[in-house]
Amino acid sequence: MHAIEFENVDFAYSEEGKREFCIKGLNFAVEEGEFVAVLGHNGSGKSTLARLSNGILVPDGGKITVFDTPLDDKHLFDVRKQVGVVFQNPDNQTVASIVEDDVAFGAENVALPREEIGRRIDFALQAVGMEEYRHATVARLSGGQKQRIAIAGVLALKPRLMIFDEATAMLDPKGRREIAAVAKRLNEEENITVILITHFMEEALLADRAIVLNKGEIVMEGAPKDIFARHEELLTYNLTLPRIGTICKTLREGGMSVTDTLDTDLLADEIARDLKGGNAS
Amino acid sequence: MKEVSFGQYYPVDSFVHRMDPRLKIVFLIGFIVAIFVANSFYGLIACAGVLILIIAFSRVPFVKILKAVRGVLFLVLFTAVINILFHGGEHVYWKWKIFTVTREGIVFSAYLILRLVLLVVCSSMLTYTTTPVSLTDGIESLLTPLKWVHFPVHALALIMSIALRFIPILMEETERIKNAQKARGADFESGGLIKRIRAFIPILVPLLISALRKAEELGDAMDARCYGGKKRTKYKKLRFTWRDLVGFLTLAILITGVALLRVYVGDIV
Repeated sequence: MHAIEFENVDFAYSEEGKREFCIKGLNFAVEEGEFVAVLGHNGSGKSTLARLSNGILVPDGGKITVFDTPLDDKHLFDVRKQVGVVFQNPDNQTVASIVEDDVAFGAENVALPREEIGRRIDFALQAVGMEEYRHATVARLSGGQKQRIAIAGVLALKPRLMIFDEATAMLDPKGRREIAAVAKRLNEEENITVILITHFMEEALLADRAIVLNKGEIVMEGAPKDIFARHEELLTYNLTLPRIGTICKTLREGGMSVTDTLDTDLLADEIARDLKGGNAS
Repeated sequence: MKEVSFGQYYPVDSFVHRMDPRLKIVFLIGFIVAIFVANSFYGLIACAGVLILIIAFSRVPFVKILKAVRGVLFLVLFTAVINILFHGGEHVYWKWKIFTVTREGIVFSAYLILRLVLLVVCSSMLTYTTTPVSLTDGIESLLTPLKWVHFPVHALALIMSIALRFIPILMEETERIKNAQKARGADFESGGLIKRIRAFIPILVPLLISALRKAEELGDAMDARCYGGKKRTKYKKLRFTWRDLVGFLTLAILITGVALLRVYVGDIV
């Protein structure tokens, strides 16, 4: 089953009478259980994609289907229960001052019974590794921790598809790694379909499949490794390689025989082998 | 991050801290009624006695109480002086043009001071022993009956709790904008009052814009979490315990007591 399917979706902002296309004839589908990374430079339409997926924005044309349910006015809440979106700024998505109150917010909105909400809070906080912060004040947490609380708030609704809309963009490297790891774990252990929207190429490495968006259209698609191998093409879409990719490329240009890899250990081995080989000859 | 504190919650664990916020709000209202029903020295002493008991059981240090009083000291003294000069009465001590100082005026002002001080101390006891969050929960719960007349009680409570949540965020934002403007050469310290007020415009405009953007993003995030459905449940439940019963009985006895004093002992002023 498709977790989400876009069929010929158009979305345009009207500005001063001119229609500015943000998403143009977009066709794509994500399978249930898949982990997909959506890459794109600013203005590529990737955030619009997230907001279209749960009905915050309504497409001008085309059709969006979520787990076989069409996304329309009648099914808006059904779809929102199944699609969780984590946004960029952790501060702007927490409603309550206390961690557990915030995590409860979504579950309260769908009128779950009290005991169930309690269980959902336990589950969600455990899934993001924040159990001991249940009664803490949100304002005192670090950026990464706040974002994990935001994820827990979405998880409390038990969504089947989670979209991370540049959820790591405002975090420091440590927070970024935390959130990426949580996304990966949710996909593997909770069997939640994940769409990770990002402009950090490293994060796309976690995905089964990567999609590159440019000006509202899909321009590249495939396994992250294969996409990263096409450096020049990526550059034309204003995307830069993950550091390890750049290192591989530079090393090869410098005359070392290393293959294109994204695995640090593998690269280290290859460098070692090359250096040894060099000494021997 | 800079520790941002607002409100005046005093974080200790005590009998009063553990009371239900609803009871504390009701107690404050009842207490205000009591100090205005009490019209004799004994009645006000009874109110003061109860308040001292509360302070003792709250473990809030006495310095904090004095601080609360100091905040309104000027207002209290000003009101008292005006009352002494204009109250009028039979036993005149001193008279000059429109000003008269009478025994009645002095007694009335003394009572007024006592009442205002009791009022201020009791209200600050509420905020010292109750977090803003549970205060909001308490207000929401107390307003629940208004749902019958379709008053949006939950929306009001949500507005209050979001406001509380965003106070530290906006304070941080203000600081950030202020520093950014300082780095561009803005001057907030020198010049007259008008000039200094004008200097804040470059802070207020970006702050307003940022607040609007935050509101929009928050709205999206709330929508994404299914806000706006017809039915809604509440996870947190306030519980009425034996402590609250003790508080309620104390209040009942106090109000009955001062009312009886008023009826049987009569007006002293």
